[in-house]
Amino acid sequence: MAPLLEVQDLKKYFKTGAGLLHAVDGVSFTLDQGKTLGVVGESGCGKTTLGRVILHLLDLTDGKMYFEGQDITYPTRKELRRLREEMQIIFQDPYSSLNPRMTVSEAIMEPLIIQKKLNKDEIRAETKKLMDTVGLAERFENAYPHELDGGRRQRIGIARALALKPKFIVCDEPVSALDVSIQAQIINLMLDLQEERDLTYMFVTHDLSVVKYISDEIMVMYLGQVVEKAPSDELFRDPLHPYTQALLSAIPIPDIHQKRERIIMKGEITSPINPKPGCRFAARCWLASEECNNPQVLQEIAPNHFVACWKANNADY
Amino acid sequence: MSKPAKKKSGLSETWRQLKKNKAAVVSLFIIIAVALVAIFAPFLAPYPYDEQNTKRALEPPSEDYLLGTDRLGRDILSRLIYGTRQSLQMGVVATVIAAVVGVIIGAVAGYYGGWVDNLLMRLLDIYQSIPMFLLCVTLAAVLGPSLRNAVIAIGISMVPGFARLMRASILTVREMEYVEAAKSINASNARIIYKHIIPNAIAPTIVSLTMSIGGSVMAGAGLSFIGLGVQPPMAEWGAMISDARNYMRAHGTLALYPGICIMITVLAFNLLGDGLRDALDPRLKN
Amino acid sequence: MIRGLRIEVHEVAENILEIKDLVVKYHTDDAVIHAVNGVNLTVKKGETIGLVGETGAGKTTIARSILRILQTPPAKIWGGEIIFKDEDIMQKTEKEMRKIRGNQIAMIFQDPMTALNPIERVGFQIAEAIGLHNKISRAEAERRACDMLEMVGIPMERYNEYPHQFSGGMKQRVVIAMALACNPELLLADEPTTALDVTIQAQVLEMMQSLKEKLGTSVILITHDLGVVAQTCDSVAVVYAGEIVEYGTAEHIFDHTAHPYTIGLFNSLPKLDSTEPRLKPIKGLMPDPTNLPKGCSFCERCPEAMEKCAEKSPGVTEVAPGHFVKCFLVGGE
Repeated sequence: MAPLLEVQDLKKYFKTGAGLLHAVDGVSFTLDQGKTLGVVGESGCGKTTLGRVILHLLDLTDGKMYFEGQDITYPTRKELRRLREEMQIIFQDPYSSLNPRMTVSEAIMEPLIIQKKLNKDEIRAETKKLMDTVGLAERFENAYPHELDGGRRQRIGIARALALKPKFIVCDEPVSALDVSIQAQIINLMLDLQEERDLTYMFVTHDLSVVKYISDEIMVMYLGQVVEKAPSDELFRDPLHPYTQALLSAIPIPDIHQKRERIIMKGEITSPINPKPGCRFAARCWLASEECNNPQVLQEIAPNHFVACWKANNADY
Repeated sequence: MSKPAKKKSGLSETWRQLKKNKAAVVSLFIIIAVALVAIFAPFLAPYPYDEQNTKRALEPPSEDYLLGTDRLGRDILSRLIYGTRQSLQMGVVATVIAAVVGVIIGAVAGYYGGWVDNLLMRLLDIYQSIPMFLLCVTLAAVLGPSLRNAVIAIGISMVPGFARLMRASILTVREMEYVEAAKSINASNARIIYKHIIPNAIAPTIVSLTMSIGGSVMAGAGLSFIGLGVQPPMAEWGAMISDARNYMRAHGTLALYPGICIMITVLAFNLLGDGLRDALDPRLKN
Repeated sequence: MIRGLRIEVHEVAENILEIKDLVVKYHTDDAVIHAVNGVNLTVKKGETIGLVGETGAGKTTIARSILRILQTPPAKIWGGEIIFKDEDIMQKTEKEMRKIRGNQIAMIFQDPMTALNPIERVGFQIAEAIGLHNKISRAEAERRACDMLEMVGIPMERYNEYPHQFSGGMKQRVVIAMALACNPELLLADEPTTALDVTIQAQVLEMMQSLKEKLGTSVILITHDLGVVAQTCDSVAVVYAGEIVEYGTAEHIFDHTAHPYTIGLFNSLPKLDSTEPRLKPIKGLMPDPTNLPKGCSFCERCPEAMEKCAEKSPGVTEVAPGHFVKCFLVGGE
């Protein structure tokens, strides 16, 4: 079966006063229906921009995108309208992603009103159903976002994303702003919804434990590029790229007996503006050498396990 | 299953917050009172505003004339009451016109950005380089002195302030995630501006509007003072002060009463504006 | 091994801070928020105690009460004692407090972006902190500030740069340098690494650990991240709805978890080595702080709730030496 979403060599550059900012620089992946692709990385890696470009909330600079086999790189207005019904987004900040002057039900029914497919009563009924699906009690129908806690607000965002019955949802750090116990509730909800509706997720986050839990495949990004891509379990069991290793070693584990060897990277992240060719992680990598000045390409080291590091290719590493 | 709570409109929330500010509530009542006086002037005023009684000119307060008479024997109290109409018209109507025009210009400039924004802002720059009062005076002189033209002149001169304020608000709101969310669910630009941007950007404008009314009342009084606003025998507070110019030494109260009226009205609007700013703000905070 | 050594030291060391029955409420126009409801806590010299809890539990209020930097109004300290070095802070005058803040007790806040004055040079801000509490020359203060910068891993050459020229992690290091500049005996760290990337967090925590050991500072670390607690804390206090529901050494809390809320917190975490298809969240939400329930505040969400939990609030039981739990399941009468 053809993948639901295919992205080829996607690039997004921003013109800034200081130069060209390479936010997303040559990202490619395919995503099958019903699966979850986790996109991990720290600030400035481009994961948030990637999600926005795929949804056409930002224009791409170069590359190609295919949805259900169709080329969606430059959709017409009409095509975009239809596309948006299939591809939705859940935002990170449950406060700023909701209009403070709209009630819960108004926020959820808005996509349906715009769609103009159902009449008023049907919209109302559908809204009630959506609220029920995401676990929002009926009594919150006329509440405003500022009266609710983060978890409930995020449920509103999820309901809104589900309203148009999309196939694909970009989840942009949907639980990062929530307390731990609420995070667990929302993650469970998203997993249930995925099962019921055969949804496909692109789950963007910096939280490695969450991403392992929810993803089938994980893509690690650094300064706009993909440095490693592998099935979820495999990535954690056998991280090959030095950055992935440093990232994994940095996660504080809630277990006092497991004090793992922390790989402390030196220095700070380098600038994404007018980057030099070659590996962008080299400046901080403890394994760096002359070879790293050449552009590193994603290579399949093990079945379905891609790494962009010439060192990973060598057996003695 | 519990019934959903009744929808709390933005208005009732704002009122609830405003109530806590005593000065603002008092000011609101004063404004309402002034407005009622303006509406019911013919019923409240003991005499018509233009009825002259030269035999009893420049009299101090008496049984017949509660606040005394002016230089043509007209009842000051009645003229103050009728004057409410003119002054409020110049204050409120001019400001509202300015706000509506300004908000539209500012919204368009702020939302679309780019060359549209540039063009509009440079036009406003040119516009604003002319001193407000001078503009008023020139427009009034060119259009001919009358109440209507004074309102137009004041209104026109206030547009840039509202435009810039709205534009600034829009620039902030435009970056909010819920605007992006609206785009992701296929909302048209018009819907985004109307439903998402303006309602959230309008608060500073509402505050500014309220506080500008005070300024407009003063501008109107000023225009009338120099003869470019309301024409005699119409009663208007500024004009009344102008009339009393030559009699200030002996009959100081002639200028004092209309002055106090201006002061109370302007102060009331300003305090209300202050209160509104506080009432509208915390609601948006968590 | 090293852990054993530290516990020995604890038994000999004195308490640097003792909080007894602290009660703090916020009085807003609408309602009264019962933020802190009878908190008891001790911090031993040289130890790092983690104050763990979720949003609204009251951890930040506790920290600010220690430094008496609560906004009063709307906050009001209704009762309790905070004994610092054998003196009750609650009784001190503002003038006396100023000698303590930044000098003997320092605090670092969560958001490094707003903690630094954007229009003052970074080195100057550290030197200023030093100069406020020590009668030394400006040159001497500058020299010490340079030393602090080196200690937190920032090259001395950056002394004259402005905050916006630093990244988030670097800014937080500067904040830490400012806080430790006067060698305080107690450091209150309010979610110091929450806003930072995980790799930067690792660097900053590492640095804080080594500094703390070098200077012998006691630390109260406020966080919601149990992973950070495991890596850095000697003792842990779990805060829920303004109360400490469980308190003990890290070993007690992680290996012998007793209170249902703490157990629930651990269960909510997605574990890197788990194979469960679903997480086990704690159902419901923290109770409304303006309307706390009668009885145990965790009762409504507790999977082990008994009838008496809704009637009375449990007392504190010492389930093991130094391990305190507030729950009827382990005693609490």
